[in-house]
Amino acid sequence: MFDVLIIGGGVIGCSVAKYLSEYQLKIGLLEKASDVCELTSKANSGIVHSGIDAHPGSLKATLNLQGNQMMESFCKELDVPFIRNGSLILCFEESDYPDLLRLYDQGVKNEVPGIKILNQEELLQLEPNLNPHVYAGILAPSGGIVDPFKLTLMQAEVASTNGVSFFLQTTVFYIQKKQDYFQVETSKGVFQAKLIVNAAGIYADEFNNQVSNHILKIIPRKGEYCLFDKQVGSLVKHTIFQLPTPLGKGVVVTPTTDGNLLLGPTAYDILDKEDISTTVEGLKFVVEKGKKTIKEVPMSFVITAFAGLRATEANGDFILGESQDVPNFFNAAGMESPGLSAAPAIGVYLGNQITTKLRAKKKDHFVTRNKSVVDFDKLSLTEKARYIENDHDFGQIVCRCELVTLAQIKEAIHRPLGATTIDGIKRRTRAGSGRCQGGFCSPRILDILSKELHKDPKEIAKSSEQSTYLVGLDKELL
Amino acid sequence: MKETKQLVCISCPMGCRLEVEMEDKTILQVSGNLCSRGIVYANKELTNPTRILTSILPIIGGVEEMVSVKSKTDIPKNRVFECVKSLKGLVLQAPIHVGDVIVKDLCGTGVSLVATKTVLKK
Amino acid sequence: MRNVDVCIIGGGPAGLAAALSARKEGIENILILERETFLGGILNQCIHNGFGLHTFKEELTGPEYAARYVQMVEEASIPVLLDTMVIDISKDKVVTAISPQAGLIQIQAISIVLAMGCRERPRGALNIPGFRPSGIYSAGTAQRYVNIEGFLPGKEVVILGSGDIGLIMARRMTLEGAHVLMVCEILPFSGGLKRNIVQCLDDFNIPLRLSHTITKIHGKYRVEGVTVQQVSLDKTPIAGTEEFVACDTILLSVGLIPENELSRKAGLKIHTTTQGPLVNDRFETSIPGVFACGNVLHVHDLVDWVSQEAEFAGQFAAQFVKLGSQISRLLPIVCGYGIRYTVPTTLCIDSMKTLTTVRFRVTDVFKDYYLDVFVGQVRVSHQKKRIVAPGEMESILFKKHWLDSKTEDEEITILLQKE
Repeated sequence: MFDVLIIGGGVIGCSVAKYLSEYQLKIGLLEKASDVCELTSKANSGIVHSGIDAHPGSLKATLNLQGNQMMESFCKELDVPFIRNGSLILCFEESDYPDLLRLYDQGVKNEVPGIKILNQEELLQLEPNLNPHVYAGILAPSGGIVDPFKLTLMQAEVASTNGVSFFLQTTVFYIQKKQDYFQVETSKGVFQAKLIVNAAGIYADEFNNQVSNHILKIIPRKGEYCLFDKQVGSLVKHTIFQLPTPLGKGVVVTPTTDGNLLLGPTAYDILDKEDISTTVEGLKFVVEKGKKTIKEVPMSFVITAFAGLRATEANGDFILGESQDVPNFFNAAGMESPGLSAAPAIGVYLGNQITTKLRAKKKDHFVTRNKSVVDFDKLSLTEKARYIENDHDFGQIVCRCELVTLAQIKEAIHRPLGATTIDGIKRRTRAGSGRCQGGFCSPRILDILSKELHKDPKEIAKSSEQSTYLVGLDKELL
Repeated sequence: MKETKQLVCISCPMGCRLEVEMEDKTILQVSGNLCSRGIVYANKELTNPTRILTSILPIIGGVEEMVSVKSKTDIPKNRVFECVKSLKGLVLQAPIHVGDVIVKDLCGTGVSLVATKTVLKK
Repeated sequence: MRNVDVCIIGGGPAGLAAALSARKEGIENILILERETFLGGILNQCIHNGFGLHTFKEELTGPEYAARYVQMVEEASIPVLLDTMVIDISKDKVVTAISPQAGLIQIQAISIVLAMGCRERPRGALNIPGFRPSGIYSAGTAQRYVNIEGFLPGKEVVILGSGDIGLIMARRMTLEGAHVLMVCEILPFSGGLKRNIVQCLDDFNIPLRLSHTITKIHGKYRVEGVTVQQVSLDKTPIAGTEEFVACDTILLSVGLIPENELSRKAGLKIHTTTQGPLVNDRFETSIPGVFACGNVLHVHDLVDWVSQEAEFAGQFAAQFVKLGSQISRLLPIVCGYGIRYTVPTTLCIDSMKTLTTVRFRVTDVFKDYYLDVFVGQVRVSHQKKRIVAPGEMESILFKKHWLDSKTEDEEITILLQKE
């Protein structure tokens, strides 16, 4: 019997797991994918919002602001890349200016620090590659960007180190409320827990509706993105939004913490919760809208496109806390934007409620800090020399685009909750995320994974078990 | 009956476009070739087409896992599959040197299979 | 810091030929840096035949061609550092490299020859909509699995792009037990060599679908199929021509790009078309003493031309060590009608050889055109070309005396003309 079972290994599930792992609780986390950070948490804008957008007084507003304030020290402690690069919200027509002012007022109400209105000249001085026809904008200096993979992974690792059991490739089928516990049927057998945290992203409504009469309805909202080569990563410094107009929401143009340029997302509701495919129309939309923000969209530098699904709940706000009719069933549902920004605060918010409810006591010993796989590329020459001297595997480059070494790949495999897939390695080390998108390094990483994990190369997959690469030996099928 | 056949000479990367005038099964004239190999190729391709077979075989105890091989000369085109199938299951022992004969006679074609790479012992 | 006269970055066909020719020019202190544990570069995974007809007057496989050069380099006792990856080249020609054994190495060179080769264009450049499952490989990655590691990466294969590696892999995968369903080419003509279409596709009845592309990838985990669609001349998919093709594997053979990360770091000027460094007829880049040759300069179809080009680059690199810069007046070559790019892009009027090979690619398929060279308004060369195609690199021998009548400010133009 677990004290707490968390359903979902995204950034929210892992935030809650990390917080609770400091307490004397028996905690399990169930994740249907082969790794944490496999769905919405891996395919988003990686933005830490300033909090202007959220409706004043909503949970979104409060937790976004809190999350934003916590982010810097939180990321420092966990060794997660975070840059407070500031956000801009642009309008392009004089007729939209009143709406920009309204948004500014909302920002003031939400107590977003340091925001100010900039005119065309000031904007172009700040961002020379902007569309010169920009009319005005809001600068929100507290806006930032974060590595969403690391934010999820590093919290999960801390939770794991502190004793949380992670059950990967474990699909939850059905949750049943028993007398004083819950029974959870999964693809890996039956689990029991006193308390459930439902952080199942786009599937959170299904689990809630299995036990509660307060029905939730989550609509997957697809967001498609284009990612550009690092060569154009410094085209803009800020995260640049377009002021929503009656004609639509526009797209974000932002650098990423890794130094790439990101354009997106689209936003349209779909029916299929599994549909993370990109579309012709979507990618066209992203590029067209992107052209409004920046002078030129450097199409020849696109390295990949991807789509993510945001879990939009009909009521428009986060659904956080204990279910009204099912004691000990906690929801973290409707985790759309600004879910990533709010994640650290949500961990505290929900974690607090749960530890109070369970009257849990802090452990005597637990870790709060984490150290990421070292980024060899960013080391100075002297440090590089020292690393190679201590471990020759640092002298063996596996991913040429991102300069990732054998030592880093091995470490990613052998860390707590280590990588078992090609995508897992990518999120932990960036190997394969550069301009050749794994063309060069994926056979090598497959080989390293197979050797380090003592697995048949044919079993090594991209992410899920079904996504293997090799079908047999040469001539085997002849 | 006279007929004209179009071929692309594959003797070298120039890829000359050949026009071959034929009567019954006799070649009357080859044109479009930049060198004499075009004529040889046209003759062969229309009477007895042949290809070089290249492949790869696993090797044990070497510094590499696989060693590349080829048929020493060309083999009849219609026997390529048969020859490559005959290599299924063949495993070599290191060391192997470029030019080493791996199979003396590929499926009775009289052509040997030779290594195209040196793989030394581990 | 180690001092080297000629430092060669890359031990593939270009690097090896450059090293040998620099040695022939009398340079003792040469160093080849190779990131793999063996020399020969990508030739080692090109196990098919068709190499060396020009260089060795016989038809060799890739590994055999490589082995010949490796042997010559060994016989010439040219120093090589294997398993050594260059991570930086500075403007003042300090090369920084790392290796598991030697750690961090810094080399001060007088001449540098860039011979890093090229890499494949990834899917991102194509932006094909759909899922991102496993089973999508660049043709070269599939080649590595099949030819180096001995694994088959798929059973039912659709190949996008008719570049040579894609064509070669159609045959290789077929002969290893896979079923290649088709090769789709977005252009109305193939980017590969004609002989490869004959012996890699026609021989195995693999259809080549010209003016077709993949417009959607199906399958969430592993590829389950593709939507193939016909395209118009401007490459736009034609509605109503969609066709679902079930497959578990997609090979992308959509072109190669010179690998110029290091060149960019060093601040070299890069050609917008070739994506390789801009060079003059001495293969010298925008930094004096830094030379480039082979696929890092522009992507070749034939290794024989790589070797030939590299031999010159090695020679000029050696001359730089002995004589310093030989550059004075540079005359630009302008690409006229039908010419996509030329290498070199400039000629050193004073120091150029009496005969200089200018390589180029054309923009489209042209039948029965004349290749003309103009110096100013004067036509100095007029050659009939039966057929030229973008997939096959062309060259012209530029004669120094063509410039004899040149007056100031006249440029050289190479173009195709009907008459």
